[in-house]
Parts: sequence; C-alpha cells; structure tokens
Amino acid sequence: MTQSAQTARLKDRGLIDRSQSLTFTFDGVPYNGYAGDTLASALLANGVRLVGRSFKYHRPRGILTSGSEEPNALVELRSGARREPNTKATITELYDGLEAKSQNRFPSLSLDLLAINGLVSPFLSAGFYYKTFMWPASFWEKIYEPMIRRAAGLGRAAQEHDPDSYDKAFAFCDVLVVGSGPAGLMAALTAARTGARVILVDESFAFGGRLLSDVRTVGGANGADWVNSVVAELKSFPGVQLMPRTTVFGAYDSGQFGAVERVADHVPVPAAGVPRQRLWRIVAKHTIIAQGALERPIVFGNNDRPGVMLASAVRTYINRFGVKPGETAVVFSNNDDGASTIADLVGAGIRVAALVDTRTVLQPATKSFARKHGIRIFEGAVVADAIGSSRVTGARIVAADGTSQNIACDLIAVSGGFNPSVQVSTHLGGRAQWQQELAAFVPGALPKGMAVSGSAKGTFGLASCLKEGAQAGEAAAVASGFQAKGAAVPAADDEPSDISAFWHVKTAKHKAFVDQQNDVTAADVALAEREGFRSVEHLKRYTTLGMATDQGKTSNVNGLAMLAQLTGKTIAATGATSARPPYTPVSLGALAGEHRGKHFKATRLTPSHDWAKERGAVFIETGMWLRAQYYPKPGENDWLTTVCREVNTVRNSVGVCDVSTLGKIEIHGTDAGKFLDRVYINMMSTLGVGKARYGMMLREDGIAMDDGTAARFADDRYFITTTTANAIKVLQHLELCRQWYWPDLDVQIFPVSDQWAQYSVAGPRARDLLAKIVDAPFDISNAAFPYMAVAELTVMGGVKARLYRLSFSGEMAYEIAVPARQGDRLMRTLMAKGEEFGIAPYGTEALGVMRIEKGHVAGPELNGTTTAADLGLGKMASTKKDFVGRVLSQRPGLTDPTRPRVVGFRPVDRSQRLRGGAHFIGKSDAAVAQNDQGYMTSVAYSPSLGHWIGLGLLANAESRMGEILRAYDPVRNGDVLVEVVPATFVDVEGARLRV
Amino acid sequence: MRINCPHCGLRSNDEFSYLGDASVVRPDPAAPNATEAFYAFGYERANIAGPMQELWYHAAGCHAWLVVTRDTRNHEILDVKSAQEVALERQKAAGTAQ
Ligand SMILES: [Zn+2]
Repeated sequence: MTQSAQTARLKDRGLIDRSQSLTFTFDGVPYNGYAGDTLASALLANGVRLVGRSFKYHRPRGILTSGSEEPNALVELRSGARREPNTKATITELYDGLEAKSQNRFPSLSLDLLAINGLVSPFLSAGFYYKTFMWPASFWEKIYEPMIRRAAGLGRAAQEHDPDSYDKAFAFCDVLVVGSGPAGLMAALTAARTGARVILVDESFAFGGRLLSDVRTVGGANGADWVNSVVAELKSFPGVQLMPRTTVFGAYDSGQFGAVERVADHVPVPAAGVPRQRLWRIVAKHTIIAQGALERPIVFGNNDRPGVMLASAVRTYINRFGVKPGETAVVFSNNDDGASTIADLVGAGIRVAALVDTRTVLQPATKSFARKHGIRIFEGAVVADAIGSSRVTGARIVAADGTSQNIACDLIAVSGGFNPSVQVSTHLGGRAQWQQELAAFVPGALPKGMAVSGSAKGTFGLASCLKEGAQAGEAAAVASGFQAKGAAVPAADDEPSDISAFWHVKTAKHKAFVDQQNDVTAADVALAEREGFRSVEHLKRYTTLGMATDQGKTSNVNGLAMLAQLTGKTIAATGATSARPPYTPVSLGALAGEHRGKHFKATRLTPSHDWAKERGAVFIETGMWLRAQYYPKPGENDWLTTVCREVNTVRNSVGVCDVSTLGKIEIHGTDAGKFLDRVYINMMSTLGVGKARYGMMLREDGIAMDDGTAARFADDRYFITTTTANAIKVLQHLELCRQWYWPDLDVQIFPVSDQWAQYSVAGPRARDLLAKIVDAPFDISNAAFPYMAVAELTVMGGVKARLYRLSFSGEMAYEIAVPARQGDRLMRTLMAKGEEFGIAPYGTEALGVMRIEKGHVAGPELNGTTTAADLGLGKMASTKKDFVGRVLSQRPGLTDPTRPRVVGFRPVDRSQRLRGGAHFIGKSDAAVAQNDQGYMTSVAYSPSLGHWIGLGLLANAESRMGEILRAYDPVRNGDVLVEVVPATFVDVEGARLRV
Repeated sequence: MRINCPHCGLRSNDEFSYLGDASVVRPDPAAPNATEAFYAFGYERANIAGPMQELWYHAAGCHAWLVVTRDTRNHEILDVKSAQEVALERQKAAGTAQ
C-alpha cells in the first residue's frame, strides 16, 4: 500500500513515537509517518521535497521552515466539505488518514504548464496590477482578471457547508504566558509556584519550543527531558491551565487576548460534541510574551528552490523529528547559528560540504571542528545561487576574493539571523525598535501589564532566556498579589550568537526571492525604489511584500533592510511596518463560533407562541421576535384572503392579537409624573389614576423617537409601553434622562417587557368576551370602564391581570396583560370563550391593515426623519413645559410648513394596487428626481373599503386634499394615479372606540 | 476593553453601549440662548486625543450610566464613576437641583 519506506528517517533521534505508525496521502500517494510528526516532517522522512507551486510564477517550492512562518509548504488539507486551503504543512500535526494536496499546480505538481509565468515575469514585476493591465480598460474584467485568477491563486475553499462546530470561550488568569520555550516555561513555572492562576499557551502540540529542536542541557538534564519535568510540575497545580495547539493571534485592550485552540484539527473528524476549533478570549492581569524569534533567510539567487531551508528548521527536522532534510549540506550564514547547524548535521551523519559565512573571521573552535569533519570553510563569502530547478543540486559560492565555484549538495541551510517575534507585543501600537548590535527589531513600548522575555525580546542565549523567564514570571505573580517564592534557575550555557548583518547577495545571477509566498523578488524591491515607492508602507503595497497570509514573517525585515540599503538610510530611519492581528490566519468558522444559520442571533418567542404554532400561524421575524403574521385557515390559499378575513372578523365581531412584544416599562416614584412630562411631548402628570394616554417622545434633535401609551395606576406609579422595535432604545434613553439629566428626581425605572403577556381584544363583541373572563366584582361596563380606562384586576379565577381600554384597530378594544407564564392559558381561554362570537386570532398583517385604515403612524412613518408635526401630531406638544427635543424641534428647518407630512392616498382607479416606496410626482410632471414631492410609506388592501389605501409623506400635504398625483415606482414598474385624502379611512369620528 | 462598573465589577466592553462625551451638559432650556446652546449640545464635539470623559451604559448589566475616563490614544480606562453621582455633584456645585 505505502509507496516508499521512510528513507530519510534517522534511527537514533527525534521525539516521535515510533510505536505509532500513521498513514497519510499527499496528492493521492500513500505514505507513513509517526505520531509526533508534522505533515512536513513526514513528507521529508519520505523524501518528498517538492510540495507546492508558487503564487505568481508557479515555481517549484519545498519546505523552508518548521513553523507557522512557512511561506511555501501550503497544502489543501482534507477533502469534501472539510477541505481547508493554505494549511501550513509545517504545523499540521500528522494523524492517521490525513489527506493533503498540493496547490497552484496545473495539471500536476511536477509538470506545471503555468510555470511559463516565470518566462513572462518582466510583466509580472512590482506594481504589475497597476501598470500592465491598465489598457484597454474593457480587457480587465473579461481577460486580465480571469487570467490572473487562474494563474495566481491559493488553494480552493470547500464549497459545501462546514459540517463541524466551533466554540467560543472566556478564560481568566493572573499570568498568561505565550510560548513554551525556555523563557516561557520558566515564567509559567515560577508564577505557578507562587499560587497564581497561570495559562500557558503554545501553538505547537508539544511544549518546549526550541528545547525540542536543539541539543541542549538544562539543569544537568537533556533539554527535552527538562521540558517534560516542568510540564509535569505545571500540571500538578490546580490553578494552571495548559493550552497546547493554541495560537494567541492578537493582543487587545485591558489585558485581553484572542486565541484559537485547534481542538480537533489533528483528528480526521472531531468526536461527537467536540468542536473543531475554539476561539478563546483570555483575560489576563499580566502577560508574558515568550514567543521566541524566527530565523530569517538571506536573499540569494534561486533561494526558493526545494532544498533551501532555514538552518534552525534543519536542526528541528533532525533533532525533534528524526528526519534527514538532505544528504549533503552547504551551510550559509552571517551568524553563529551556522556553527550550531554543522554540529547537528555531522551528528546526524549528514555530510556537510561547506560552511559559507559572510563574516571574515570565524571562531577557531568552529574552524577546527570543520577541519576535523572535512568541511570546507569559506569566510567572507556568499552562496550566490542555488543550482537545480525542482530541487537543489548544488550551490554557487562566491568567495571573498570574488572567485566563484560550484559545490554539489542537496540541502542549503541558511541563516540570516533572528527576528524576535514582536507581532503580539506591538499589536496595541508600540513600535518595534531597531537594535543594530543584534541586527534585529525588538519590542517597543509595551502595553500595561505586558512583559516580553527571552528571544522574543532579543535575548538569545539559553541561560539568559531561563533567567529572564523566571524573573518575568515572578514579577508578574507578585504584581498580581502573590508572594515571591524565589526563582530557582536551572544551570545552562549561553550559546554564542554573534552576528554581522547581511541581507542580500548582489552577485546572484538568478531570481532572488524576498517574499516567497507572494513571489516578490529583490529586483521588485529595487524597481519599487526606482519608481519612488521609498517608504516601507509604499514598498509593501506596491510590491505586495509581506502581504500574504504569512504576513511576511520571513520577508519583512529583509525587504526593509534592502530598501534601507537602496535609499542609503539606516534601518532605524527607514522604519518598520506595523503588525496587526491576527498573528496567523484565523478561520472564519472560529470567529463565527455557534453564531451561524438560525443561531446567528437569538430568537425570542412570546408566551403563547406554541399555541400560535399549533394554530398554523405563519410567523415573521421582527427584530429578534417571531410574531404571528397571519393565521391561515384550511382552504385559504393566499395571505390576502386570510388577512381580509381576520380584519373583517375584528370589524364585525371580535379578534385577538398577541401584542406581548411591546416594550413595557414601570415608572415609579413621587416625581414619576414630572419625569414623564419631560420625556413625552404631551402632559402626563395631569393623567388621572386609572387612565391611559397616548404619548410621543422626541430625540433631543427634535425628531420623533417613539410612541406608545402611558397608564397611571397610582399617584407614584405609571406604566408605559413602547413600540416593539424601540423597547431597548427607549429604556436606555429614559435611564439617561433619569440618571444623567435629572438625577435629583425621585424616579425608578423597571423594564417589564418579558414579565407580561399582553393581548389586544378588539371588535364590537370584545366586551362581551372579556366579561366572561374577568373575576367579580370587576365592572367592565362602558360606564364603569370607559375608553382609555385602565385597571388592575384578576381574571380566569384569580390570575393577576391588567386591563387597558386602548385601541389601535379603531374598534372598541382592550389590551389585557397577565403574568408571562399565564399567557398561553389566557390565549386558549379567550379562543374557547370567544367561539360563540366567531372569534379569530389576527396577526401583525391584519394589525397593520387596520392601523393604516385608521391612519395611525408606525415604523414606516416614525423613520428617524419625521417630526411630531410631520406625523400630524404637532398639536399634542405641550407649550406649558419643557421636554426632550422641544428646543431643537423649533428650528426653522423642522418647522418649515412645506416639509412632507403624513397624509392618506387612494388610487384613482380603485382596482389598482399601491406600492410602498413609490414617489409622488405632479400628475403631468416628468419622473425625475427634481420633481419628487414625497413618497408612500405604508400601503394596504382595505377590506373595509374594498380597495388599496396608503399613507405617505407629501410636501404641503394639508392644502392638497383631492389633488391627483403620480405614485411612481420604477423598481416594480408602478405608475399609478392617486388622490390625496385625509389619513383616516374608517370611522373618521372615532365613534366605535367609545361604545 | 474592560470597564470596572461600580455596581457589577470588571466587565467586558461588549456589555456596554457608548454614548459620547460626558463633559457636555444638557443646557438650560429656559435660557435666552437655548437654541444655540442645544445646537452645540446636540452637534458640537471636540475630537479629544488623550483622557476623555465618556458616557457608557451598562446595557447587559445593571442599566447604570457611567462616566468613564478613557485615554482615546490607547483605550486605557483611568476612572469609572456612576453618572448619577457625578450629575448630583454637578447640580450641588451649581445649585441647580430641579
Ligand atoms: Zn453594572
């Protein structure tokens, strides 16, 4: 089954579990690896070097790194609905059954026809999007863009819905430690020993960082063993949370961090109930960033060929994964990392052909080691070009004297120095600072509560990292209020880390890549500089350097340094681009979490929802609420038939409508009346106990905010309603008025929207129906309980209730409220007792029809542009008091008599349908914007009148009764002649309300 | 951000909603220049770089309005007070209790 044995696997090295063999496929070919491998290490173990094609030129690419900074080894992982593009093979944990495919190859990885892009590369250089495809403009959409998309692309996302679930969680701690290398482990351990709550996060599935990758001794033990002992001790503290496979992707204000935990990315299918990923918000009193440093390449010719690898990655593959990344190596460096690398290569039995160092004098110890192992030393020299195309076959070395020679090899290990990972520590705005002696950017000013330690700060020696981590851990714990326990630091050595900055080999003959993921070359950087893009931010945007999904982790500093050389400025004066979250890409699934599909937002159901559902109601979403829109009866095949029946039943007998969604607020206190006078335009303090009044509130700018009713149950006890849509907004406004404007008033405000189920019982038989459920001795007669009366009473034999004689429909009507848990029972009781009257439940649609028939304004008219006067309610405004919005409502712009006001409309040809949104135009005027005189806000078919009616906003409305206008609706081809009529269509005198 | 509500403790900013500058005070509607004063109150705001007093509402908590002093340059929260207490003190200082 398996095609090849693991020919490049080392026998005596690695932290992999050789007892657990795993099978996986790459481009359909089966291979074996071990538990503890990454996909990249398993591919290398099987001799697979070519893993992808590049973005723009389709050049063959291999594995450059061993971490999340990888620009090249991006694969499509899994298949079908779980297919995930652009996954980094270098951090993909191997599992049994893993399927991966290479990207950007056509038709196959080894034969890529689009590699011809490399031959036309002069047209694909820096700024090519801005230049090459400018002319002719019509070519862009049809030819250039599809061609570029075909040629340059990343992987393909799955087309199906993601079958897995994603979770969100909060975590709180005293000390958050990001990164579990020597500094991070010491920080976590020292803090944990004080009793502090510690969270330790690492993006890898194993803790230890470089201690897993380098052969080091800590406290007399082998580094990996020391890591195990520390992790075991950390696990023994109840207040410590260890989070492997978790990436802190961003730092946010007040000590908050975003993190993604890859809970089940290392299994083929998450177990039942287990999310694939979990998005964490970690809230930390103190944070220690110990994310380490990333090695950077040196830019030379063909430096993107498979077989060119960072020196530190070479050591990781040898020491952590027990893999030979090549048979014969050339090591090219500008710092002491080269010496460490030749030692590990030799130790693993890999031949080292040469150590090429840009520095002119190397350490004597390095030279004698090299001599002993037959390694040629080139001081003050460079690797100018890699030789070979789909894999490295040699290196062209240019020596200090300028002579050039080729040396055969299949691996070029390169080190240009280390970039401390300053991303997360600079997310909140602290600029990274250039340190010439380290040839690296180090963190700038840190946000409150954050410390950086170890190589993330530019401290490169192991002993120093351990010490700094311990100190940081102790300081963070003490600052969180814990007692220092004394930080015992295990013994270790500081490795040499001398460096002489070197960025770019100018004697290269071939394309030299700065940003390998976005295919940006040294020539592109030079071109951008020549064309005037000399600031780092311009360079980045013009060349796209650093703008790929790796965010330039291996390229930004090199590009910047090359720009500095070209402009003759120092790196410090050239500046740095800012890092922004996320540190590594975060899947949209993790960000969405459970909030997808139906769960995107909460659904609110009224207390009698189940009854409505049984009844076959059609529901409509209004905000978060699901409200019954209409209740079709068997045989009613269109909504209009149903709605007309519901309206007719109310107008002729009795109907019941669930209005529980109204906002409901109790206003209590000796100053309650005074308070309401200040928030409503009309007077509420004069309202008698046992009475209700319609009221309108304005915003402070004079525009209508909301309408509703205020009822008074006692001198110091009012109850008000708001519209469904504005329930929360009005409460917030009233609280502002109470707490901030008039803090001295004796007023308390309680939202009770959810506490009451409320129903409108409307129609000429409404009183007959209610009489059957109110408990004695309550007198519901018209004389005892007239229009606009309110009362507290009991119904259905002792159920506490409130009755309001209010009407929105224009019929004799009541609103009855009972505690929410009694709503379902009340609805069922009303329906049963109303049977003899032919009762019908009615929904929001019939409610809307009846309010338009009565000319009551609602959401479409209270639309944030209208004043009370525009709504025909100007006379309600009291002149005897101040209220919110009064002063600015008197501005000339808002009192202009020509402002559009609400008025009624009916079609001249009564058989014609009206459309909401149609614009009014003079009868013989052209349908152009300057002739616009207003628009239709609400329309309905009126069963009471037998034709369509509408409300609309019309300029100079009052003086235009009887005028004929065009109602023009180009969107739906509507062009109807309408007549301007008063806004009330039914029972103009309002006689029915009072019977 | 996290805001230390005097009633509820340190809570995530998603529980709060924001109104704006707390240093602008609702003018006296009876004053002769009320229209201009309300216009300024409604529309004119300084664009402050640095510590700023702001009104926040603990919508998903105790419903208190708060005067939060926030440094707009780095979102550091320097102080949180009950808006009602601030307003009462302001009234006491001005002798304008209504
Ligand atoms: Zn609170």
